[in-house]
Amino acid sequence: MMQQLIIYPLLFQLFLSIVLMFFWNKINAQKVISIAGSIIAVILSSYVFYYVWENGTQKVNAGNWDAPFGIVFVADTLAVTLVLLTALSGLAVSIFSAGSVIKDRLRFGYFPIFHFLLLGLTGAFLTGDLFNLYVWFEIIIISSFVLITIGGEKAQLEGAVKYFTLNILASTIFLTAIAVLYGLTGSLNMADLAGKVAAVENRGLVEVAAILFLIGFGTKASIFPLYFWLPASYHTPPAAVSAIFGGLLTKVGVYALIRVFTLIFVGDVFLGEILMVLAILTIFSGGVGALVQNNVRKVFSYLIICHIGYMIAGLGMFTEIAITGVIFYLIHDIMVKTNLFMVSGIIFKIKSSNSMRALGGFYANYPKLSLLIFIPLFSLVGIPPLSGFWPKISLIGEGFATENYWTVAAIIFASFITLVIIAKLWAEVFWKDAKEIPEKPKFEYFSDISKARKTQFILPIVFLSLISLYIGFGAEHIQLLSSRIANELMNSQQYIDTVLNNS
Amino acid sequence: MEILLAILVGLLYASGIYMILRRSLVKLIIGIILLGNGANLLIFLLGRITKGLPPIIPENSKVFLEAYADPVPQALILTAIVISFGLQSFAIILVKRAHKVVRTDDLDEMNATDEDS
Repeated sequence: MMQQLIIYPLLFQLFLSIVLMFFWNKINAQKVISIAGSIIAVILSSYVFYYVWENGTQKVNAGNWDAPFGIVFVADTLAVTLVLLTALSGLAVSIFSAGSVIKDRLRFGYFPIFHFLLLGLTGAFLTGDLFNLYVWFEIIIISSFVLITIGGEKAQLEGAVKYFTLNILASTIFLTAIAVLYGLTGSLNMADLAGKVAAVENRGLVEVAAILFLIGFGTKASIFPLYFWLPASYHTPPAAVSAIFGGLLTKVGVYALIRVFTLIFVGDVFLGEILMVLAILTIFSGGVGALVQNNVRKVFSYLIICHIGYMIAGLGMFTEIAITGVIFYLIHDIMVKTNLFMVSGIIFKIKSSNSMRALGGFYANYPKLSLLIFIPLFSLVGIPPLSGFWPKISLIGEGFATENYWTVAAIIFASFITLVIIAKLWAEVFWKDAKEIPEKPKFEYFSDISKARKTQFILPIVFLSLISLYIGFGAEHIQLLSSRIANELMNSQQYIDTVLNNS
Repeated sequence: MEILLAILVGLLYASGIYMILRRSLVKLIIGIILLGNGANLLIFLLGRITKGLPPIIPENSKVFLEAYADPVPQALILTAIVISFGLQSFAIILVKRAHKVVRTDDLDEMNATDEDS
């Protein structure tokens, strides 16, 4: 009976979005329910995390159909960690949305859709069935389409067209990959596929399926030749929406890549090499792209791409230590990227601009806020002992151990370029003398809003910064968690046995 | 039958991709629809086509006696159709709104997101 516990975070998000729909026009009630519900979701997810940490991988057969015939939900340590991180960023963004998103948007069902997005993410992390993963991905993208277009500004709609097209294309390719894999093995359960794919004689077609998965998930994770939709769309919606997108949507693609390439297509040298080359190119193009941008949010968008490269590189090396680095980086990145987009939102609220050239004088006018923003910015760079530093030890060390010197060079280059970009941003936005920006007539400035709403802006940034600090200073705990996850991923037999054991 | 379906699937994929690469927004949607249908037919084709053998166990036996049509691909296709229907209707509304606001249906003229601001 306790096993059912693992799907509670998922059911709770569904319940929350349905409840929210009953309060369609009552925006204030929606804010309260969303924030209170997100707190409960964090508690639930923490409990599930604790339960799995103590008792090992759990699974639930949906509708009591024995695996591999029915859909299974599997909670291994990786899944519950990501569910917990989703709940944490969900809580932060929920508070931030209550303060920052304007009424016109909230009135069109912003909060219910937001919780549907979290539902999709939670489901994608927990499912153990490939087609079910496709369905969760669709729930994620449909919710994200609504969130990205809600408000209907010109830039938003143009960004949405690009975002929409490439995400649908990616989903169709993912579906094609499922079709090929089903044709080869007659199964959709990931644990079952792990054994059956290894036994398939037609290796060529298996390779084709693997590449199709790589393209489908790679588009969602925004790796090298497939990332162009991201910088074209992530800066258009409200900052709260960008925050949840930047923090979690690309990471769910990375999660799917990790899952598929550690469980189903294991130990393929050709794929490993492709991943490495793509990772290096992703790192370079993201880093160089960020260097030339002027809009703060576009800089962060390109940095997302750059840092996705780290994780793909670690996956390409495919050793236990490299995967440990990947997982650590994933945990750190979700927290920091969510935080940074909220920071860009607060900058916009204060000055009504996100252009680095026009901004300035933050440190002189808002010293405390600047010091707060310092934490996520320099966690991203990975100044020791802040959180971005620790995973790079594993990644670079393992790069040397497996003699992938190009990858090592790319990671060091990217760390350096991130430092340059953040230093430039710090100098332009915070240290440079304030410039006069013509006031927008109808814009509601930060100084005009009530104290309660100011708290709603600052509190989530403080919250996520504290978590980032914990990841940095408590690196020992996170390292322990990451190495346990890596160990589970590399020794997938235990996962397979848990899923296929129906007694 | 299989060979015909295979050619059809290839044709749908090719024309879908071609239409997505065109500059017009409306053709983009047509491309997405064609591609989705291609994927659905591919699942159907790869699930092995079995004629006239429904997956029903005869009353007097406990297991299947002969090869039967796999019901799973059909369930998958049904799900995929429903999802793509939802997405396509969203796409049509999105394109209509975008056309109203941007006043063009040429993708190359949608440059507001690349502007330096």
